[in-house]
Amino acid sequence: MGELLIGLYVFVLATLAGREVISKVPPTLHTPLMSGANAISGIAIIGALVVTGAADTPWVKVLGIAGIVMATINVVGGFMVTDRMLQMFRKR
Amino acid sequence: MDTSIIAQIAYLVSAILFVSGIKQLSSPATARSGNVRASVAMLLAIVVTLLDNRILDWTTVAASVIAGAVVGGVLARKIEMTAMPQLVAVFNGFGGGASAAVAAAEFVRLEGSGPGLGTGVTIVLSTLIGAVTFSGSLIAFGKLQGIVTGKPVTFPLQKILNALLFLGVLWVGALLAHAGMGTAAPSWFAPIHTDMNHAFFLALVAGALILGVLLVIPIGGADMPVVVSLLNSYSGLAAAATGFVLGNMMLIIAGSLVGAAGLILTQLMCKAMNRSLGNVAFGAFGTDGPALAAKTGERPVRDVDAEQAAMVLAYAGSVAVVPGYGLAVAQAQHELKKVCDLLEERGVRVRFGVHPVAGRMPGHMNVLLAEADVSYDKLLDLDDINAEFDTTDVVLIVGANDVVNPAAHDPDSVIAGMPILDVDRARTVIVMKRSLSPGFAGIDNDLFYMENTLMFFGDARQQMSELVKEVREA
Repeated sequence: MGELLIGLYVFVLATLAGREVISKVPPTLHTPLMSGANAISGIAIIGALVVTGAADTPWVKVLGIAGIVMATINVVGGFMVTDRMLQMFRKR
Repeated sequence: MDTSIIAQIAYLVSAILFVSGIKQLSSPATARSGNVRASVAMLLAIVVTLLDNRILDWTTVAASVIAGAVVGGVLARKIEMTAMPQLVAVFNGFGGGASAAVAAAEFVRLEGSGPGLGTGVTIVLSTLIGAVTFSGSLIAFGKLQGIVTGKPVTFPLQKILNALLFLGVLWVGALLAHAGMGTAAPSWFAPIHTDMNHAFFLALVAGALILGVLLVIPIGGADMPVVVSLLNSYSGLAAAATGFVLGNMMLIIAGSLVGAAGLILTQLMCKAMNRSLGNVAFGAFGTDGPALAAKTGERPVRDVDAEQAAMVLAYAGSVAVVPGYGLAVAQAQHELKKVCDLLEERGVRVRFGVHPVAGRMPGHMNVLLAEADVSYDKLLDLDDINAEFDTTDVVLIVGANDVVNPAAHDPDSVIAGMPILDVDRARTVIVMKRSLSPGFAGIDNDLFYMENTLMFFGDARQQMSELVKEVREA
């Protein structure tokens, strides 16, 4: 089985798993879920690290650096702001 | 054992942490630890990636990571809670941008080497989705921040232009993907040689960026919850597509989880407005506002001042507060909380009725009220609060309009069928609003003219602090 096909399997199954896991999220958590998921989409940082690390031409390096910076902002900012929000959600 | 096998197993652990973390995020009691768990998963994935790959230039990598972390950290700490929709939009854009940048770097690296059709297609897809997410999110940010007009921007032949541009982008993408096979395309397909890839790739990026702008500008402010969650979904899909480019399962798994989360929220938002995604994307809702708005002001309304409003509230047995975007604009959430505290001290039962699309992103009102220290078990969703209005003495509406418009029950109305908060079933309704101007949907609100409705005009924050004083004295 080719790598692409395995990737497709993983993609479809992970999407279904995601749907199952999040299907009953209460409105209170819509924003934190969104911003938390948003931080996870910064997983592109892994790709950026790989291409920057192996960069042998200036352009690859420039694009890789741009990728790392944007993805890190996304990851660090996303997780931190989600935590800040969730800290406020309390039952009294 | 081979180090890359250890890396793969670590990725698997990280994937499990992501799934279970996101599951915890969907329940209030565990949400915070879910977020921590997801961030641990991210850290693990990053460390493993750094150890498993040959990093030639540690200095550059470390400097980029530190720069991004500082910017992200400062933004996350300093941002006002009322600016949360903008921040989420910007972060979304960066996620998409990062995916597009990685795909572009892979394109540059592999250009002319004939990496195969599969790699070609995936590079094109992740560049396309990433770039659309990037520019679309920046426009959404501009709209939310007030830099770009919040009204739908429309022009003649817009849909046709969008469709043509989309087809053009797909055509360029197909050419690039074909060129990925390392052979020149047949002449009927394109006047292209593999050495022209560069120009075509730039055309793909430019086309995708413009497409992102054009897709978001016709969408108005109140439809932003849909757009923000859709862009959230795109940023995940872009990351997943990048995973296909690099053959990295970690990216595919995390990306598709985000894609699914964004899609679920998008569907919830559309359902809460009784509109399809297509209608939100292409409907340019609310454009005919001014013409219909001319009617307003001719019918008599009953307006009250802070003292009268305070009396009504203070002597009620139960009060339901319905917040809307106006509360966020006026930043009146803290004053509102004070009023509610005073009322509760007097023995009044206070709850909040939150419409799913109130505000500019999913859950906007909940975040705002949580910031003001309102316990989340007092925030009732649509169905729960609707079941209580019959037995509620006073409803206090703060800066909401369309979500309480009884016109939704009128089959001829533009908002027909939208699930609303049936506030008119309560004994008295107090509407705190700057003027009688219509809401985003651009239609008059009969609620304002009903017999049991009292209009309390003014800036929400100012009037709310008046109310604090008056309730204290009542």
